[in-house]
Amino acid sequence: MPAPIDLRTLAAPRNPTIPEFSAGDSVRVHVRVVEGDRERVQAFEGVVIRIRGGAAGTFTVRRIASNGVGVERTFPFNGSRVEKVDITRRGRVRRAKLYYLRGLTGRAARVKEARRVTGG
Amino acid sequence: MIGRKLGMMRLYDGAGRARAVTVIELGPNRVTQLRTPERDGYAAVQLGFEAGRKRLTRAQRGHLRRARIDAPLGVLREFPANGDAAEVGEVVTVDTFSAGAYVNVTGVSKGRGFAGGVKRWNFRGGPKTHGQSDRHRAPGSVGAGTTPGKVWRGQHMAGHMGARTTTVMNVLVVLSDPARNLLFVEGSVPGPNTAVVTVMPGRRAPLKQYTPPTLVAPAELELHAAAPVAAEDELAEEMADDASADDIAADDANDGEARE
Repeated sequence: MPAPIDLRTLAAPRNPTIPEFSAGDSVRVHVRVVEGDRERVQAFEGVVIRIRGGAAGTFTVRRIASNGVGVERTFPFNGSRVEKVDITRRGRVRRAKLYYLRGLTGRAARVKEARRVTGG
Repeated sequence: MIGRKLGMMRLYDGAGRARAVTVIELGPNRVTQLRTPERDGYAAVQLGFEAGRKRLTRAQRGHLRRARIDAPLGVLREFPANGDAAEVGEVVTVDTFSAGAYVNVTGVSKGRGFAGGVKRWNFRGGPKTHGQSDRHRAPGSVGAGTTPGKVWRGQHMAGHMGARTTTVMNVLVVLSDPARNLLFVEGSVPGPNTAVVTVMPGRRAPLKQYTPPTLVAPAELELHAAAPVAAEDELAEEMADDASADDIAADDANDGEARE
C-alpha cells in the first residue's frame, strides 16, 4: 500500500495578499462581496481572536457592531475572496485563542497594544 | 470502483466559494474476473485494488495469476455488469467518473462500540439537576406495565453502533484527477481515513453545466473535467474508450477558467 498523499499538498496556497499577523492584532479585512451581478469590496475590522491551521487554515476576526452586538467572521487563508488585509494595531496578548473576549464588554474587552513589535 | 478514503479538505471554485470535499484515492483497479450468466448465474465484474496487506495468501495469488496480474491486489469487489464489454486484466481508472456526475459511495462506518441510547438513538437522557443521581444518560421507560407485560421487539436500546456497511447516495463529483488517481466528492463519506470505499454511478443525472474548481497545485498536472454533455455514458463502470477524446475537450473548457 503506497503512502497516502498528504492532502495539504493539494490545498490552495496561502493568499499572498494576507500578511503575517497573530492573535490579538487588529486587522481590517477587505472582502469581495457579490450582490446580484455586482461585486464590491467590503471591509471588516476587528480583533483577531483565533488562528488555526496552516496555509489552508482560517482566522477569526471579532468586532463589536454599532448596536453593541459582537460579530465574528472567519476567513480562510487560502481563499480568493479576501482581497487584502491591513494590520491596524499590534496587540499584546498571552494566549493564542482569545475566546475570553466574548465574555467581556466595553473597556474590559480591549487588547493592550504591543509596546515592542515582535516579528510576525 | 474501489478506492481509499484519504480525508477531507476544502476546494474553492472560480468565485472563491468554498466546498467541503472528501478526497478518495480511486484506483487504478484491474478487472480480476468476470461473472457470466452461463457459469455463475449472473453478470458481474470483479475488480481488484492494491490495498491492505502486500503479502497475499497463496489462494489470493493464485486467483490473481489466473487474471495474469502481478500486483498484490488485496481488495477484490464485485460490481454489477453494465453491458459494456470488460476484459480480464483491463485497467479501470478514476476517469470513469467525471466532474459533475453523481455517485454512490459505500464504506464501513466508524465503529462506536457498545453505545448508549443517547448516542445511538438520540435519546434525551435525564435531567442534569433537580436531585438526579445516575440518571443523566439513562434510557428511561421501555414500555407500559402489565399490559402488554413485555418489552416490544425493536425497542431502541443501547447496543453496538457503527462499523456497518453504509452508503451515501448521489454525492457530487466535484473534481476528478486522473494524474493522481484522486476523486473529490462533495461532503462526507463513511469510515475513517484510509478506509477502503467503493464508488458506483449514482442514480441522479449528471449536471449539464458544471465547471469544476481548479486545483491550485503543480502545473504539470492535467485536470480532467466534465465536458458538459459527454458525462452520461461515461458513468460506465468500465473504462470508457473515448476517455482521451473527452480529456481534450475538457481541457479546452477548463482553460478559460484556470487562469485567474
